[in-house]
Amino acid sequence: MFNPTPQQILSKQAKKLLGKLAFYGLVLLIILFSTFPFYYAIVTSMKTSSQLFEVNYWVEQVNWKNYLTVLNQEAFISSIGNSVLIATLVVLVSMLFGLTAAYALGRVHFKGRGPLMLIILGVSMFPQVAVLSGLFEVIRALNIYNNPMALVFSYTIFTLPFTVWILTTFIKQLPKELEEAALVDGATPWLTLFKVFMPLLWPAMATTGLLAFIAAWNEFLFALTFTLTDDQRTVPVAIALISGGSAYELPWGIIMAASVIVTVPLVILVLIFQRRIVSGLTSGAVKG
Amino acid sequence: MSGNNRQPPVIDPTNPTGNLTRTKIRSAWLFLIPMLVLLALVAGWPLLRTIWFGFTDASFSDLTTTQFIGFANYLEYDEGEWYGVLADELWWRSVWNTLFFTLVTVSVELILGMMIALTLNCQFPLRGLVRAAILIPWAIPTIVSARMWNWMLHDQFGIVNHMLMSIGLIDAPLSWTADADLSMWAVIMVDIWKTTPFMALLLLAALQMLPGDCYEAAKIDGIHPVKVFFKVTLPLIMPALLVAVIFRALDALRVFDVIYVLTSNSADTMSMSVYARQQLVEFQDVGYGSAASTLLFLIIALLVIAYLYLGRHQLNRID
Repeated sequence: MFNPTPQQILSKQAKKLLGKLAFYGLVLLIILFSTFPFYYAIVTSMKTSSQLFEVNYWVEQVNWKNYLTVLNQEAFISSIGNSVLIATLVVLVSMLFGLTAAYALGRVHFKGRGPLMLIILGVSMFPQVAVLSGLFEVIRALNIYNNPMALVFSYTIFTLPFTVWILTTFIKQLPKELEEAALVDGATPWLTLFKVFMPLLWPAMATTGLLAFIAAWNEFLFALTFTLTDDQRTVPVAIALISGGSAYELPWGIIMAASVIVTVPLVILVLIFQRRIVSGLTSGAVKG
Repeated sequence: MSGNNRQPPVIDPTNPTGNLTRTKIRSAWLFLIPMLVLLALVAGWPLLRTIWFGFTDASFSDLTTTQFIGFANYLEYDEGEWYGVLADELWWRSVWNTLFFTLVTVSVELILGMMIALTLNCQFPLRGLVRAAILIPWAIPTIVSARMWNWMLHDQFGIVNHMLMSIGLIDAPLSWTADADLSMWAVIMVDIWKTTPFMALLLLAALQMLPGDCYEAAKIDGIHPVKVFFKVTLPLIMPALLVAVIFRALDALRVFDVIYVLTSNSADTMSMSVYARQQLVEFQDVGYGSAASTLLFLIIALLVIAYLYLGRHQLNRID
């Protein structure tokens, strides 16, 4: 090879710099693309209704009036209460049922295990509308229509499959010796699961719990169909139904304030637990 | 394996008559039953009932006194006219809308997701921050994101029109969610924003499991990075990519929330789920709506079966 002239060295450096610049430009674009709508919701939520008529990119002045309006609405407060209650119970129920099932599926070899896993995976692919009328009938029969329990019950249709699937993947990776030692000591399977496996499964349980909580918090179709009165609504339905006092009033300040209120806890959860969430989201797909 | 002197009892999975194995299998079923009963109650039985309702004239207010009417909800010929879901133009329109929506969103999400995943696969100082940032759209409830975009796409005061006008791309504000030609694209845009992160994270996870040595080799040989991507990276992550695409496609085929909130029951964007729900709940026609739901279920089930058949060897690896 010939010796590069100073100009060539310079252009090579320029090229490198340009490449770096382009790369960071792309990174910036990705951040903007992901966060701008949420940022703009915050900007809008701080506006008075007359300021909504002009577009601003920054918060001109901090104004909490929309937040106060929303938080003074009894229906909105009760919808937050309902959502917290429902999401928490959904996590507990799917954890309990999922753990026992995952133990059986992950630690015991029996016939029909593979097909069973496939059926469970199949349920998670169900279009929710396909069970809507049948589920409505079951909920009526259980006498829980227009009751948070109807949603706790129906949400297990999508939280249970991935809870079972992820926990099974994790429980399978635990060393065999643990269980054998417990068996020798005469522990029942129940004890083995709760005393031996559960302490080791906390990370996986935290992951699935978070995913189940977020899924239950965000669900819309069942919540819209199985509740009737404002005091039984969940947050997504409440936000979907907010409209202006009149056709001439823009309700967007209030809608965005409500949106920010229900999203901030989720965003904080995601930022704290991003590693867990990512591992949970991907463990099913990549390892499966 | 372990230096333990105490030998554990030999559990031979090939010998099912072993006493321990038998107890173990029995307790395994006991452990499974609660989950199976719950899933049967919440998924299996309701699905069967929905299929049954599809053959009846049930209505939402009264599900008890229903009559079997055969395939009339699907297709019926009466006095020179065809009736039923399969003869309804709106149903076929919603089928087409759903397929179009699925095809466009999944393809764009795949390309964007791949770009984001490749970017995040590089080592750079702000990587953790970017990964957290792309999780935000995923975590925001679909309803909230639909409403945020509803406002951003507002025909008079929306920021999207403002931006496009200030850079001169359009002369007059567009009514994104009302215009028949634009509303589907608005829905697609919002969905892409919301679900690209999921795609990107799945692809990133696949990229991070790749062995580094073949890249070293390619680098030493001076092969162009684009060529390396198509010849090395893409084939290696293909299985994970297919799983991600299938997950997303199945999710897109049952789309409801984003369309319902952005454009309500407009025919221009109506998906199969929106159609079925409108019949079921708003028109109270459980029989007809259930027939539509059953068709949607069949379409998705066929795709799942086709996928499981094709990806059989991959799923066998789990056992």
